[in-house]
Amino acid sequence: MKNQTEKSSFEGLSPAEIQEINAEISEYEDKMAVSTEALKIIQKHRRWVSDECLVAVAELLELSPAHLEGVATFDNLIYRQPVGKTVIHYCNSVTCWMLGSDQVRERLCRHLDVELGEMSADGEYTILPIVCLGACDHAPVVMVGDELRLDITEDAVNEILGR
Amino acid sequence: MDKWDKPLTKNIRSERAFATLTDYRKTGGYQGMRKAITELRPKEVQQWVKDAGLRGRGGAGFSTGLKWSLVPMGYNGATDAHQTRYLVANADEMEPGAFKDRLLLEQDPHQLLEGMIIAAYAIQANIAYIFMRGEYHLAAKRVENALQEARTEGYLGKHILQSDFNLEIYLHTSAGRYICGEETALINALEGKRANPRAKPPFTVVSGLWGKPTVVNNVETLCNVPHILQNGVEWYRGLGRGSDTGTKLFGASGRLKYPGLWELPMGTPIREIIEEHAGGMRDGYKLRGLLPGGASTGFLLPEHLDVLMDYDAVAKAGSRLGTGTMIILDDKTCPVRMLLNIEEFFAQESCGWCTPCRDGLPWTVTLLRDIIAGRGRIEDLDTLAGLTRMLGPGNTFCALAPGAMEPLQGALKFFREDFEQYIPGKLAAGGED
Repeated sequence: MKNQTEKSSFEGLSPAEIQEINAEISEYEDKMAVSTEALKIIQKHRRWVSDECLVAVAELLELSPAHLEGVATFDNLIYRQPVGKTVIHYCNSVTCWMLGSDQVRERLCRHLDVELGEMSADGEYTILPIVCLGACDHAPVVMVGDELRLDITEDAVNEILGR
Repeated sequence: MDKWDKPLTKNIRSERAFATLTDYRKTGGYQGMRKAITELRPKEVQQWVKDAGLRGRGGAGFSTGLKWSLVPMGYNGATDAHQTRYLVANADEMEPGAFKDRLLLEQDPHQLLEGMIIAAYAIQANIAYIFMRGEYHLAAKRVENALQEARTEGYLGKHILQSDFNLEIYLHTSAGRYICGEETALINALEGKRANPRAKPPFTVVSGLWGKPTVVNNVETLCNVPHILQNGVEWYRGLGRGSDTGTKLFGASGRLKYPGLWELPMGTPIREIIEEHAGGMRDGYKLRGLLPGGASTGFLLPEHLDVLMDYDAVAKAGSRLGTGTMIILDDKTCPVRMLLNIEEFFAQESCGWCTPCRDGLPWTVTLLRDIIAGRGRIEDLDTLAGLTRMLGPGNTFCALAPGAMEPLQGALKFFREDFEQYIPGKLAAGGED
């Protein structure tokens, strides 16, 4: 897959990442409990979690890499391969499906000339499916980065992609 | 109608605005907490909520007060200060078709916090978590902000209202998977483990988070609690129209004129929700069926429109109230394709821990895909019916697979001709595809 050719020159976790992860630990009985939050902190800084990052986070939390990988690959919102600057999640659960999520997916992928999970050529976007976003009365819906967008029409897709 | 008819949403004015701390206090906010902590003992609070008849709004419908009363509290009801207990608010709303908790989290976050403070006091928990799905970014921002305000006001922290009660609430945002909403899987996720469910017993009220007694309550459930304390048990019991008490957020989505979410008395008839509140079907569409409480509840038909939306009445009609947010099947949507979408969701979201679910759900999907592609045989319908039994209650670790089978079970019965029209040699004249 073309997304996996990117090799990072990994120089360890940054002081900011380590500090943010450590700050979470005080809220729980042990370090393991911050597994997901630590991976999310990595993604905030690097967009995705590389093998090297995963091992470094495991070491910081005194966990086996296998344990952390078990969490990382289980979670829908942890990316184990590079993604674009903005990830667009389109809801493909039942109400959105009934009201046109297939067309939303087709339009997004066609406009960006990507398959699901790929990064657009300019590195700006990745399109991924997501389960019900809890806005079924405004189906179909998408989440652009952190922002929920409702009642998605063809025009809305164009506007989201800025073209 | 007096102003208390809609306790849960009385501060919510529009889809855009949200209730600030000032707004929340203006309508009596944090008075229920004051009453509980300064006037009642923990066991009395449990009893109030039990007497009010509040049942879990996450789908299972278990008595909230009863759940609290199962937490070990020490001898003779005296609380043991050395025993750690936890409260968790389940804000992992991910049932397809459900969109009720997001509203409460985004638009009146203090209501949840007050409910949590009262619940934590009732079970004498000193630490509580809000387990929120990662996609609810706006909700996370507003809840985090409300937590800061509550700390500043002294509603959280040490010696709340000059009492001996201490409480800290932390927001934990997840990174996904439907199974995290199952309470034992949620606890594993909160501990930083893969979110597989745990064997029950032991039940979480005895051994939950890090092996300590833990109560997991749905967001909407907790949001009911302040109003019970503030206005009393009798008032709360009087809100329901059927055998259940209180109000409920009811939603409807699909090809309706005005899909939406409304706070209505528990026991409001389905017809009233669809026809009055949602404005009926869009022009050119007819109602063919509905899943009353999200994707994991069984089909009801137009003949069930007069069924009351409460736990017992919907169960009697052969389905479940679930989340109370209904998905409408119209006459131009193929029920078999709708089922395929639903079963694809459950197959994808299965954690893979137990065999019936891990293997049975993909098998269900394969059969439905084959049928739709015209490669099905009439015996496949028997195989699907067999799967609804094999993946049913009692054969799996948790309720995911049994829930996935609920819509399939009814569809095989009610929409058999829709399945048959795809089977070669069974094609009805004029059938499409």
